[in-house]
Amino acid sequence: MEKWSLMTITVLLALTVRWTVSLGSYSGAGKPPMYGDYEAQRHWQEVTYNLPIRQWYFNTSDNNLLYWGLDYPPLTAYHSFVCAYIAKLINPDWIALHTSRGYESQPHKLFMRTTVFVADLLVYIPAVIVYCFSLKETSTKKKVSSALCILLYPGLILIDHGHFQYNSVSLGLALWGVLYLSYDWDLLGSAAFCLALNYKQMELYHSLPFFCYLLGKCFKKGLKGKGLVLLTKIAGTVVVSFAVCWLPFCTDMEQIMQVLRRLFPIDRGLFEDKVANIWCSLSVLIKIKNIISPQTQLKLSFALTFLSLLPTCIKLTVQPSLRGFKFALVSCALSFFLFSFQVHEKSILLVSIPVCLIINEIPFMATWFLLVSTFSMLPLLLKDGLLLAYAVTTLAFLSVCAASFSIFEKTSAEDLQLKPFSLSLKGYVSWFKSFPKIVRCLFLLSVTLMGVLSLMSAAVHPPQRLPDLFPLSVSVISCLHFLLFLVYFNVVILWDSKNSRSQRKIS
Amino acid sequence: EVSHPSTSTSEWTLDYPPFFAWFECALSHVAKYFDPKMLVIENLNYTSRATILFQRFSVIFTDILFVYAVRECCRCVNGKRAAKDVLEKPTFILAVLLLWNFGLLIVDHIHFQYNGFLFGLMLLSVARLCQKRYLEGALLFAVLLHFKHIYIYVAPAYGIYLLRSYCFTANNADGSLKWRSFSMLHVTLLGLIVCLVSALSLGPFIVLGQLPQVISRLFPFKRGLCHAYWAPNFWALYNAMDKALTIFGLKCNFLDPTKIPKASMTGGLVQEFQHTVLPGVTPLATLICTFISILPSVFCLWFKPQGPRGFLQCLVLCALSSFMFGWHVHEKAILLAILPLSLLSVQRAKDAGIYLLLTTIGHFSLFPLLFTPPELPIKILLMLLFTVYSFSSLNSLFR
Repeated sequence: MEKWSLMTITVLLALTVRWTVSLGSYSGAGKPPMYGDYEAQRHWQEVTYNLPIRQWYFNTSDNNLLYWGLDYPPLTAYHSFVCAYIAKLINPDWIALHTSRGYESQPHKLFMRTTVFVADLLVYIPAVIVYCFSLKETSTKKKVSSALCILLYPGLILIDHGHFQYNSVSLGLALWGVLYLSYDWDLLGSAAFCLALNYKQMELYHSLPFFCYLLGKCFKKGLKGKGLVLLTKIAGTVVVSFAVCWLPFCTDMEQIMQVLRRLFPIDRGLFEDKVANIWCSLSVLIKIKNIISPQTQLKLSFALTFLSLLPTCIKLTVQPSLRGFKFALVSCALSFFLFSFQVHEKSILLVSIPVCLIINEIPFMATWFLLVSTFSMLPLLLKDGLLLAYAVTTLAFLSVCAASFSIFEKTSAEDLQLKPFSLSLKGYVSWFKSFPKIVRCLFLLSVTLMGVLSLMSAAVHPPQRLPDLFPLSVSVISCLHFLLFLVYFNVVILWDSKNSRSQRKIS
Repeated sequence: EVSHPSTSTSEWTLDYPPFFAWFECALSHVAKYFDPKMLVIENLNYTSRATILFQRFSVIFTDILFVYAVRECCRCVNGKRAAKDVLEKPTFILAVLLLWNFGLLIVDHIHFQYNGFLFGLMLLSVARLCQKRYLEGALLFAVLLHFKHIYIYVAPAYGIYLLRSYCFTANNADGSLKWRSFSMLHVTLLGLIVCLVSALSLGPFIVLGQLPQVISRLFPFKRGLCHAYWAPNFWALYNAMDKALTIFGLKCNFLDPTKIPKASMTGGLVQEFQHTVLPGVTPLATLICTFISILPSVFCLWFKPQGPRGFLQCLVLCALSSFMFGWHVHEKAILLAILPLSLLSVQRAKDAGIYLLLTTIGHFSLFPLLFTPPELPIKILLMLLFTVYSFSSLNSLFR
């Protein structure tokens, strides 16, 4: 069948899945007094529409920052303002100042779900389609399969259209940034990424790879000539993008400081709730929060984060390649997720989307990672009542990936991009012959473990003495998986072009 | 709930044949593990999360029979060109067209009915007839009739085909009927099957003396010429014409306003209605119209049987004719024509063209079944999905 009809069917399928998940429950449904993220978004519409810009981020009598105060950068606020404007046309009660707190109704839910749906349709989905069409050295079938698998990734669908958030906007903008960079349109790419950054500050996880890649490009062009020109142009673009987004707040230093204080709540502590990163998992054994002071915690987490991503970034600056850039996005975001401060479980999406970008290069590992990332958010999804959606979308995703990429046949060292690494290890280890089988067994074991734990979390009551047993087990197991993936991705990057360049010379 | 047929405990009392009643009885035994309260007769309009979950899962579970039937049908189909790519194989396209049929999806899984496994039975009987396992095919169809009597729409096709190709075992050299090859054995076997199945289903009610009541529930002629939501058939046009003429007549003062009945035909209530300008339509009239319209296809099947393909064509035509001229037809009945036509569409380009036209329009006519705002994007997206797929895949098959 033709490319366009296949892609149309893929998009329609993706949209259908998104809308059917939308019919389910959302975060904080029917749970006064605080409700959840859904109420937060509605509240932001209320605040941005009714109050002047100067008051959006400040604690005033009209704007109680303790009740879901704005803690995303200005672009989110502008987006909420636009949604509020439309809401006002349909039903002003939805955003009436103070009186609309905790407003829940079927038409309102339809409206909110539509805003997410439209945002997804306008930003994220076109980015994915254009990205898949632009993949080089892949058949049409592989391009469409990649698009289908990326669009059916359960994590993003469940969080955006189920729990209720607008991650698809920031992730989509970052994806546009990657796309522009792959066509060597560096200025547009930088601008797109700055917009992404100004939508959600968590995109900072991706900032280092962007920075190192562009810097590496400038170095390659020679710092005395074209490179310097490029560097200044990019710097200019960044400054202009930021200025445009922050324009209303630039009148007053206090405004900027307050916004920054809301965006980076340093006094909140090392971690909150159960999240699949190192600090939460370590706290099972040692109560870190009690041993180390908050200042030291901050310094320790920053040190570890930067130490773990330093090798990749240096490699990217010295040898900037598009492939290295995509892998670096994954490993840097993963390092930040595992070691950084105040990480939410939803931040794993910042790692998942770059993994989606390399799904056609390492389908097996990518599918494995994406399954684990969805599993790591299980406690959150259970709280929102999205168990059925989770089960169905995850199973569908696994089947589609298994069918499109025949992942179970591609588990050799070469398929996992570990050939250069295995060549340098051949002298020391001799178990590489049964490597595919071992990897397959590990995968099946992992999937079975995740399945069993999902079932138990949903159906069984935890024992009295350990009420958090299941969420904690989910976090710890996911964390172990993520650590292994971190090692894997770093190995692939660091052992990469040295050998491939020499291989090309030989062939 | 199992209620006595003659008491009117609710507006939704049993109006399907006995086998379906036994099916619901079996379901109720499983239902009590989900939520016992849904089985209490007085609990009308009872919903709970467990009830909904159980109902939905029961439809999904019974669809297994449909999946099996589709597999059997795919085995009967052999495309002219063997394509290397799985996506372009006729069997794959047929499987998708049947399993992802938009009409079946929304009627069964959203609107809520159990058509999946019933169509599974029908497709299975068609597959058996294609594989020349006539007795099995006849048995399956007889059982199907006692599950849902709407399949009587296609009974003439089955009857004539079995008579012509099974009871008369051979043809003359020029393809015409060889009267001498009449096989008494085959006729008796067929008759035995039909009687046995009917006895099994209606027997208990005949013994209890309730047969007239059952018949009146199955064929509610008091329900009126058209269903609450008009099926897009000939009588809809007839009614529309009647209404138009009424308005025209009132405007030109040909008619007396006091003599015109006030009740509306398009309302949600099912009730009898009289035509004002055009002659009234009785059940007998619709039967005669239906009979006349199926005559050409039945004649073709009798005089020039072309094997299974001819049978399928006659089946589709019978379904369409009954849909067009039948009494109190539901719009869901269009699926009876669409699903069998899928089998023909992957084999010949001409049939594919007709199929695309019928299926797109037929599915669009099912839109009023889903009327709540949340379902609007779903029906549009699913419709687009199916239409785009059917057009592009059949196009690529017969390029």
